[in-house]
Amino acid sequence: MIERFREWYENRHEYARSYKERTGRKVVGFFCTYSPEEIFYAFDVLPVRILGSHEVQDVTEPHLFGMFCPFCRDVLAQGLKGRYEYLDGISIGQSCLHLRQAYTSWDIHRNPGWSHYLPMPSHVQSKRAVSFLVGEYRLLIERLEELTGRRIDDDDLRRGIDIMNRVRRVMKEIYELRKDDNPPITGEEAMYMTCAQFFTDAREFLPVAEEVKRELTTRKLDRDPGKRIMLVGSENDDVEYIRMIETLGERESVGCTVVIEEHCTTTRYFWDEVELGDRDPLTAIAERYVLRTPCPSKDWPVRTRLDRILRFAKDWRADGAIVLQQKFCDPHEADIPFVRKHLQDNGIPTYFLEFDVTVPAGPFAIRTEAFLETLEAEADLF
Amino acid sequence: MAKYPTEPLKCWTKAKELRKNFYRNFDQAHEKGGIRWMGSAWALDAVTCGLGRDVYCITGEPYGASCAFNRPLSARFLTAAENYGFSRDLCSYMRNYWGSILTDEYAFGGKFPKADFAFTQHICCSHAKWYQNACELEGGVPLFAIDVGAGPYPPFAAEMYEHRVRYVAEQMLDAIDWMEEITGRKYDDELFLEGCWNDIRSTHTWAKICMLNRAVPAPLDEKSIYSLYVFGTLQKSNGEFADFYEELLEEVEDRVRRGIAAVANEQARVMTDTQPPWGFLGIYRHLETWGAVSIGSLYTFGLEGMWLYDEEEGEFLPRPMPGDKPKTREEACMMLADWHLSKPEYQHFYHPEYKTKMMDAIARHWRVDGIILHYNRGCEGLSTGIAENRLGLLERGHKVMTYEGNMGDEREFDEKAVTNRMDIFLESLGLKRPG
Repeated sequence: MIERFREWYENRHEYARSYKERTGRKVVGFFCTYSPEEIFYAFDVLPVRILGSHEVQDVTEPHLFGMFCPFCRDVLAQGLKGRYEYLDGISIGQSCLHLRQAYTSWDIHRNPGWSHYLPMPSHVQSKRAVSFLVGEYRLLIERLEELTGRRIDDDDLRRGIDIMNRVRRVMKEIYELRKDDNPPITGEEAMYMTCAQFFTDAREFLPVAEEVKRELTTRKLDRDPGKRIMLVGSENDDVEYIRMIETLGERESVGCTVVIEEHCTTTRYFWDEVELGDRDPLTAIAERYVLRTPCPSKDWPVRTRLDRILRFAKDWRADGAIVLQQKFCDPHEADIPFVRKHLQDNGIPTYFLEFDVTVPAGPFAIRTEAFLETLEAEADLF
Repeated sequence: MAKYPTEPLKCWTKAKELRKNFYRNFDQAHEKGGIRWMGSAWALDAVTCGLGRDVYCITGEPYGASCAFNRPLSARFLTAAENYGFSRDLCSYMRNYWGSILTDEYAFGGKFPKADFAFTQHICCSHAKWYQNACELEGGVPLFAIDVGAGPYPPFAAEMYEHRVRYVAEQMLDAIDWMEEITGRKYDDELFLEGCWNDIRSTHTWAKICMLNRAVPAPLDEKSIYSLYVFGTLQKSNGEFADFYEELLEEVEDRVRRGIAAVANEQARVMTDTQPPWGFLGIYRHLETWGAVSIGSLYTFGLEGMWLYDEEEGEFLPRPMPGDKPKTREEACMMLADWHLSKPEYQHFYHPEYKTKMMDAIARHWRVDGIILHYNRGCEGLSTGIAENRLGLLERGHKVMTYEGNMGDEREFDEKAVTNRMDIFLESLGLKRPG
């Protein structure tokens, strides 16, 4: 069953087209994980994340100044090349300036007829953030009513919450299995899983994920896990890079397994659930997005990410962390010296890797290999 | 050849004196028992006024620009920031500022004066992170930042939703409580109300001054405007600065009445965008040798000046001041929030089309012949959407040139290549190469 994740990831557009055909439902593309998928599900609208395709491209040059990150250019290229032509709408939950530009250029040049900008607060540590966000959710709901021609009530929102919470929970349970000495799932497979969730209806994803979880409890991988590596940083769905570093052990003297990540394609995206209780569901959703592990652009005045990153590193027994940053990603660049220091002060060696999703992954794998060798050297010394 | 009469600004010396005193006051604040704070040029600085009249600030952007103007000094600061581990593509003002802390060197002489607290706003990804890191580099200074990314202002939004204004205003109220706690001072609402009104007065008056540059010949050139708009970036709520702008308004009105030009041989008018490369302001003098005056930009007009865009008329006019002064702390917070959320330079953070519309209005109403866009590698915030602005302005029939540079990192500016490119552009506007 685990293969299904890769199939969904690689055939995301075929899935969405056939989904629309068989369900008659609307599909809305979202640009950042600060979009409240629960509300889209409440309307029976399928939210799909727009990710890049990791190709060298030049179509974005007239639209995006070259000092913005390769990921946002890749995302924009998907629109300009018509890859998501089946979308009924696009939306962004306010995030970094880079990705906002991918969204606004889509809005100018590839608006499918419905587009909504959600001013997700940046001061998530303010006690004022939740009520502001609830106000914004009400405006989003009005716009979704226009798109779908239907109205929703609290029960619909509760249903949306339940859908998202269940997929988050099962993915966390699968992540728990990665704590094993020889994890039954590789980092590459885990990345396929978390990203496949962006493109599929959570209700169709869930039974597959449940089945995979069952299979993993008895799965034994015939490979040396090598060093246990954590990935920390910017958006990353570069499965090719992960595959290359996880197969280093087959060709080189050092190998590794990615056992945990802190990316917006992985744990920053799904780790936190909506704590509904008996409260108003809209407030509960807002609280979830305000309190989730923040993107560094929203992680102030206190840098709260650091402790969670360290906890992940410790709980999953990482031998080292690759602090990975999309080139030009300012929010992460502002945090990186402090993230590295925090990990290193706590005994986790780090390696800084400036990343570009639109260029071949080979050189990044070579640099990673060098880092793994230093970890070997430290083991030899002590 | 001179086409119009010209003369220096009478208030120039006063402007220099005010600016010098501002930086000296920050440096010497502790000697007088006062308080120092640091924050963004867009910080809602009026909020700090209630702490007393002996509270002085430094705003990072104009400070970073001052560093950049002194290229050898800036090179030291930038290197120090990079050696610490900060990426060299981060905001160059920010890197100059951090470098100043790391080298413990004040751009105006002596050691870098450490702030007692940081108070800023956040709309660009770098703003709150800037002071978060500065606070850490200064050894643990307390920080409060106000999120102003609450959505666009009408006509770019259907209406100004009450919850958006309230979000910003309530953060200000929280900031006041926080300031009382960290300084141990009792907050004085009267001083806050005064600062609030000074803020509104100075940002309104600045817009009125910029309106006068619609005149032909232009009474002000952009290089001079840089030395004047700076007061809004230093401290909008400063009464002396608000008074100075009123004085300046009178003088510029007089220049228009008498036909006094900033550039005596004005033959063509250009506008720019984003911050200039501060170490290379000579490019503006280069424009003048061709008879081109840069009349300003959305950046110099709207960074601190308060305007409203009229969608129906395609007009860009100073936002009228509120009819009445605020009477309570809460009223002042709501008024300031609403006032600042309409800031022209906030709007493009939501969509480049909003900025294109305002730039188009400036180009038409200030009778601009060509537009020069600075693709500024040093400022992620103001470069946001700039490529779409270029396309939008071209679609609207404007002549546009671009150059790539950096406002605060001399290593990313090629002066010769840029002036060559300007020459070609000015020739395409019909100007003759200076002999």
